[in-house]
Amino acid sequence: MCGIVGLFLKDKSLEPQLGTLLSDMLIVMTDRGPDSAGIAIYGGAAGGRAKVTIQSADPSVDFAGLADALKNEGVGATVVVKSTHAVLDIPADKIGNVRDALSRVRPSVRVMGSGESVEIYKETGLPKDVVARFDVRTMSGTHGIGHTRMATESAVTTLGAHPFSTGADQCLVHNGSLSNHNNLRRELVREGMTFETQNDSEVAAAYLTAEMAKGKDLGQALESALDDLDGFFTFVVGTKSGFGVVRDPIACKPAVMAETDQYVAFGSEYRALVNLPGIENARVWEPEPATVYFWDHEKAA
Amino acid sequence: MPTFDLSNTPLRDLNSALHRLSAGANDTAFEVVNPRGSHAVAVGIDSPVKVEIRGSVGYYCAGMNDGGTVTVHGSAGPGVAENMMSGTVVIEGDASQYAGATGQGGLLVIKGNAASRCGISMKGIDIVVSGSIGHMSAFMGQSGHLVVLGDAGDALGDSIYEAKLFVRGTVKSLGSDCIEKEMRPEHLEKLAELLEKAGIADARPEEFKRFGSARKLYNFNIDNADAY
Repeated sequence: MCGIVGLFLKDKSLEPQLGTLLSDMLIVMTDRGPDSAGIAIYGGAAGGRAKVTIQSADPSVDFAGLADALKNEGVGATVVVKSTHAVLDIPADKIGNVRDALSRVRPSVRVMGSGESVEIYKETGLPKDVVARFDVRTMSGTHGIGHTRMATESAVTTLGAHPFSTGADQCLVHNGSLSNHNNLRRELVREGMTFETQNDSEVAAAYLTAEMAKGKDLGQALESALDDLDGFFTFVVGTKSGFGVVRDPIACKPAVMAETDQYVAFGSEYRALVNLPGIENARVWEPEPATVYFWDHEKAA
Repeated sequence: MPTFDLSNTPLRDLNSALHRLSAGANDTAFEVVNPRGSHAVAVGIDSPVKVEIRGSVGYYCAGMNDGGTVTVHGSAGPGVAENMMSGTVVIEGDASQYAGATGQGGLLVIKGNAASRCGISMKGIDIVVSGSIGHMSAFMGQSGHLVVLGDAGDALGDSIYEAKLFVRGTVKSLGSDCIEKEMRPEHLEKLAELLEKAGIADARPEEFKRFGSARKLYNFNIDNADAY
């Protein structure tokens, strides 16, 4: 059992509230999983800039002087520290160099995710504590996803927390358990993907990244996942401008969705949605098994 | 009529009050407001009480109901009316997966759609769904009736025993050992009775098809190995 939530805003006037809305949705889901929690927020892109979210077990040491250390490596970055995480704001053309630079100057730092707009915060502990630690409530954005974990397939660690990000501006949360993740991981490693954990959900994220790298859009990648992933899953996936949901054909992992003129929302349970504005008049439905749902700001525009 | 507002009253207060009722009690009508998707609302009723729930509920609403009449003016999460013994549960909206699972008696009416596994392992409950139902419904159904005015998903009645299934719309696929059966006068009569009890006036028994067990999987038979 895990709890997952997602919120994709259509109405720009709600964007300043994204962090608060998503935080409340996730906290309601706490009793579906107390092990770790995480949130990915798509905060909108600034032209020519990229964001890299990093994590450290020893932030006071690792983040001290980091901007200067990166500058010496040729990467001009502003560093905003939030508890155990920091967000590096860098020129978009340095995104390829920053991981190498980090591995030289701060080898113990882990990259949570990167891209033009995504920021990812995740830690062990309860959603209310994770949300407070990273000040998620004050964050604005266009869409976001969240997860609270009851671990089954791998260890309870910061890296084993969701969301998993395996490509620029891509991330995934998962409720369920995959049965063919070891084989799929081997195939993806052969294709050049790298993995940080032994977690099954990371394989699902990497699979979608690999499929999208072949030119598929999110919806097409999710369709392929139905053929290639074996096991139980309800996935909620974010990309720079898109938001997708898919459930396996057995569909025993719960899912509820709501849509209004202002937003599309996902919750493991209806409880997660009851505080959203206008929920009483929303179209509320249970997503069908083996059916891909996705929304895209760019395609809608 | 006692009203419980679940936005400021613990769920246990409601359920304890319902459990304290004995036959002949004065308070025979309860109202529940602001359920906000709560789990286990009005479970374990064992007296002929009426409960009106104003809003949508989460898991296991009205589970184990024995003699109560519970109406949800909203939608219900997974496992509504699970293991009902007797009484009536009405869902005005949709129901999530395994509605009426293992029910031994009583009537469950779902006015919207039901998701997967509706009536799984039903053991005597009657279920009437005005909309459509999802896959694997009535899996291993032992007795009782499942009436569906809309369509049924994949693998209807898989490994069914003696539950009787009536579907007005299309059936995506039948599960192992489930077959279409002849609609005889006694079935039309039973169907008419169930539709009337469920308050459905716009469906005629003649519009339905009946499905049930081919009785080939009751005992292991090596010739059926492919079907197991």
